[in-house]
Amino acid sequence: MSHPAHIPVRVANVETVTPFVKTFTFEPRNGATLPRFSAGSHVVVTMPGDERPYRNPYSLMSSPFELDYYQVSVRREDEGRGGSLYMHERVSIGDELDISAPTNMFALHPLARRHLLIAGGIGITPFLAQLHELERMQADYQMHYAFRNQDNAAFHDYLQDHYSDHLHCYESDNGVTLNPARLLADQPLGTHLYVCGPKGLLEAVTDTARRLGWPESCIHYEEFAAPPVGKPFTVELAKSGRSLEVAGSATVLETLEQAGLEPNCLCRGGVCGECETVVLEGDIDHNDHFLSDEVKASNERMMICVSRARSERLVLDL
Amino acid sequence: MSAQLQINDPKIKPIETFRDDFTYSNSPEAIRRFPFPFHEDKYMYSVNIEPHNVGPAGSVFAPAFDIDEHYLSEIEERRRVLEEDPGRCAVLPHMMEAQWDTLELLMTSLARDYPQHFKLERNGDRWTWENRLLGIKDTFTFDDASTLPYEPFEYITRQVQGDFTLHGQRNNMLYMDGGMVTCQADWSLQFDLGMDFYEWHGPVPKAHEMGIFERALKYLLNLQVGQPVRRLNWTMTVHPRMDTSPENYHKWGIDRSQVTADNVGELAHLRVELQSLFRLPRSNAIIFSIRCYLISLNELVTVPKWARRFHRVHKSLPPELADYKGFSGYQPYVIDFLSQYDDGAPTSPGTQPD
Repeated sequence: MSHPAHIPVRVANVETVTPFVKTFTFEPRNGATLPRFSAGSHVVVTMPGDERPYRNPYSLMSSPFELDYYQVSVRREDEGRGGSLYMHERVSIGDELDISAPTNMFALHPLARRHLLIAGGIGITPFLAQLHELERMQADYQMHYAFRNQDNAAFHDYLQDHYSDHLHCYESDNGVTLNPARLLADQPLGTHLYVCGPKGLLEAVTDTARRLGWPESCIHYEEFAAPPVGKPFTVELAKSGRSLEVAGSATVLETLEQAGLEPNCLCRGGVCGECETVVLEGDIDHNDHFLSDEVKASNERMMICVSRARSERLVLDL
Repeated sequence: MSAQLQINDPKIKPIETFRDDFTYSNSPEAIRRFPFPFHEDKYMYSVNIEPHNVGPAGSVFAPAFDIDEHYLSEIEERRRVLEEDPGRCAVLPHMMEAQWDTLELLMTSLARDYPQHFKLERNGDRWTWENRLLGIKDTFTFDDASTLPYEPFEYITRQVQGDFTLHGQRNNMLYMDGGMVTCQADWSLQFDLGMDFYEWHGPVPKAHEMGIFERALKYLLNLQVGQPVRRLNWTMTVHPRMDTSPENYHKWGIDRSQVTADNVGELAHLRVELQSLFRLPRSNAIIFSIRCYLISLNELVTVPKWARRFHRVHKSLPPELADYKGFSGYQPYVIDFLSQYDDGAPTSPGTQPD
């Protein structure tokens, strides 16, 4: 599983959805076919950057019943490491990219009595695929969508057109905000909660759910950690004796890959746990959502796709 | 190279039996391609998982789902088991999507790997499936179970060798959410149905303490569409009996006391399971294929390397493993029998015959 299969695709359409969000439609090329996928899945898109390839995970938002194309939406992050800017400024119709096979870290729970979906801003994208699935299942569901203003409300009109019976919107510039306590306090047993969006919303909702006694197995969230830009450091590989410099805008994983190594990895967003690596020396700056607080505090393991060093060097058991 | 070139063209035998008169046997070709599981002269548990769908030409590892000379016999045995005990096939209601995933995976794999025997035509949702070995040709509507004579999972697994289990993934856990289990090594689908990964592996000795299941589960939770994996497992069975189920223990348990020094070569069989796991794309479930191969000691010792190695594996096997696998009672006969074929010479690396 260390080298996920790549699917060659062509960009069939690029659509500007809001001043910050573009939607990309991918069609298979070279006779490839797109696998079926389950709602909530993401793909990792590989972009041929100038210095190194960018590889970012994006949720599939198109219908799981549509196999002729996939769609993802990308929010432009001007302060990020460059992947979303690459998608916004350099990817156009006809371009050829590679994507990974879909992987699902944010699946609908098949035994839920009710599905309570909460999105903040661009966190709406995995729900767009899930709404297709929920409609087909004729499930009991509610879609709660919080955004700052209409410029940040991607797909608002589409949702109004197709899911108005289930849709609840919160536009904070108009003074309408989502109150997690009020929403979560009054849900029937067997309700499953799904949250995707900015860290503040995600923590507010999941903390509230736990405080109200929701079982952990009913709380689902997805937040791909964008690897932060940090200060450079040295990573030493204990088994091979190699020493590599990790640039401020690169991750440990990318640095190892640039050096010709092929460490295990999958989601590249600190979610799946595949790249967990034993750290022999050094202070870790954890940025993932996979390791428990206990493990993080032990300073012995890290997810090399998103986490960095506080110290000037890290020694990895690789 | 096209996949077809690497895959065996099975010469299917007429129906043989896995019960009563036990007419089952392996041809010399089937012996040569038997998945002998020991790569060294001893055995211990490990997370011996590797990518599936790559294997030497003609081997059981080359196709997604191996069809061999015993196809008709095993399909008939499955039909008989189900006739007596329909509960051997059970799927929980929330797994319908996974049922269709299974049908699609098996049909497309068989039609690709064995085009001489299986054919799938897809015209939108109207599919026509042809199984020339069983004389089946059915047209049905994908996603509409009322157009098939059985539910989709049972329909297709009645036509494929080996047991299958279906595992839903939720709560960072895998569950036993369904299966077609008629040729199992002493475990019960009806008992395990609904259990989680740790629960259904509960009886396995040693492996829990070794952390095997934590690592295996973490690995499987990230299993990728299109990247199946496999491992081999093994035990011993008296007679070539496919159905060694707890449900029928009263029929086969006694067999183990009937092994003698004189008949052990004929009665004792090495039972190997080629276990492969596939992520199902629409349901995000996992299908687990447990493909069972049986070889008598008499057949096994026709490969001198295997005879030597199997003797050494038995001699060094921890007693609790022999107990768990259920052959400690007659193991001394097995060891004595195999010792005749072990001259102490070193064995070559790998599992293939010399």
